[in-house]
Amino acid sequence: MAPNINPFILFFASIFTSNILLANFLGMCSFISISKDITSSNGLGMAVTMVMTITTALNWIVYNKIIVPLGLEYLRYIIFIIVIAAVVQILEMLIDRLSPNLYMSLGIFLPLITVNCAILGVSLFMQLRYYTFIQSIFYGLGSGLGWWLAIMALAAIRKRVDKSPNVPAALKGPGVTLIIIGIMAMAFIGFSGMLNVQ
Amino acid sequence: MANIKNLKAGLFQQNPTFIQVLGMCPTLATTTNAENALGMGLATLAVLILSNIVVSLIKKWVPKNIRIPIYIVVIASFVTMVDLLMHGYTYDLWKTLGLFIPLIVVNCIILGRAESFASKNSVLDSIYDALGMGLGFTGSLILLGSVRELLGNGTIFGLPIWGDAMKLYVMILPPGAFLVLGMLLAMFNSIGIHNRNKAKAGEKK
Repeated sequence: MAPNINPFILFFASIFTSNILLANFLGMCSFISISKDITSSNGLGMAVTMVMTITTALNWIVYNKIIVPLGLEYLRYIIFIIVIAAVVQILEMLIDRLSPNLYMSLGIFLPLITVNCAILGVSLFMQLRYYTFIQSIFYGLGSGLGWWLAIMALAAIRKRVDKSPNVPAALKGPGVTLIIIGIMAMAFIGFSGMLNVQ
Repeated sequence: MANIKNLKAGLFQQNPTFIQVLGMCPTLATTTNAENALGMGLATLAVLILSNIVVSLIKKWVPKNIRIPIYIVVIASFVTMVDLLMHGYTYDLWKTLGLFIPLIVVNCIILGRAESFASKNSVLDSIYDALGMGLGFTGSLILLGSVRELLGNGTIFGLPIWGDAMKLYVMILPPGAFLVLGMLLAMFNSIGIHNRNKAKAGEKK
């Protein structure tokens, strides 16, 4: 059942050609609201990448070793989101214990991540497409990095645009941000066709 | 009267899509045409009403520091139900919406209403609030879906408007979603600015 894709190709495809944000629209809420500030974007991007890799791997194990043998497929949404919430909670406590500095830059974003649709979306895609364990890890990591790349790019562009006096009053804020994202999405569409991963 | 006010707040002054800019993922992804937009809006509306009722009912017993996981589990249960119902009764729609039905779990509008409204208000108020917000969301999705379908395919709800005379295929692709939503936001903002200026001018007189 597992698709025959080299994990490395999957990794690059999930960063560029099927970027989780710009091609699948996942994780838009925090993408739009946090990208006001570059430092926060960096922290959130890092946190998303970390949580996404861990939860995709864990959810793969939970789905294939617990849910499927017990025939509980109809409970998968609830179980996936509980796994994600638990991982986020444990990670927050661990980082707080181990590195207060990292906690200052990253910890405040962790609660936001439970409701980031990109995290649940990647777990669901992983399950829908029957990825193997190795493929799932590379897919989770690649999608996280793709998200991080996109939010950093948007934060850098917004830093300039938000200060520009030429933006019409009605477009200020979310309006012009959406149009910037639209143009970014067009640029990322340019990558499509190079690799095709479903 | 208070109920009508809650209802109207969700539809207009506090419109989840155009004013609060929440729940962007399904808004952008499922509005390739008006029909999908309607389906997505109604599915969200159903989950929103049910979860608001339950959250409002259990508000006394929920410990404060683990309330978010509890709300998410409540929402996830209703999403599972809606997903199974749609699979059973509207299979084609279920197939096109695909991943975005389970993703209602993490729709910020639903958790936001549970946290900021249903956990503090009575059941009846929560129902009206959910109705207002849900209909506001559905309305915005239909508007966005219609504009994209019209520009991209020349039809609305499958009815030909100008047929093949103009088809901007990009409007159905991901970038089109961002561009159309950006322009619609600008339009609503400019109406808001215009109204405020008018109100100010009225006060001066």
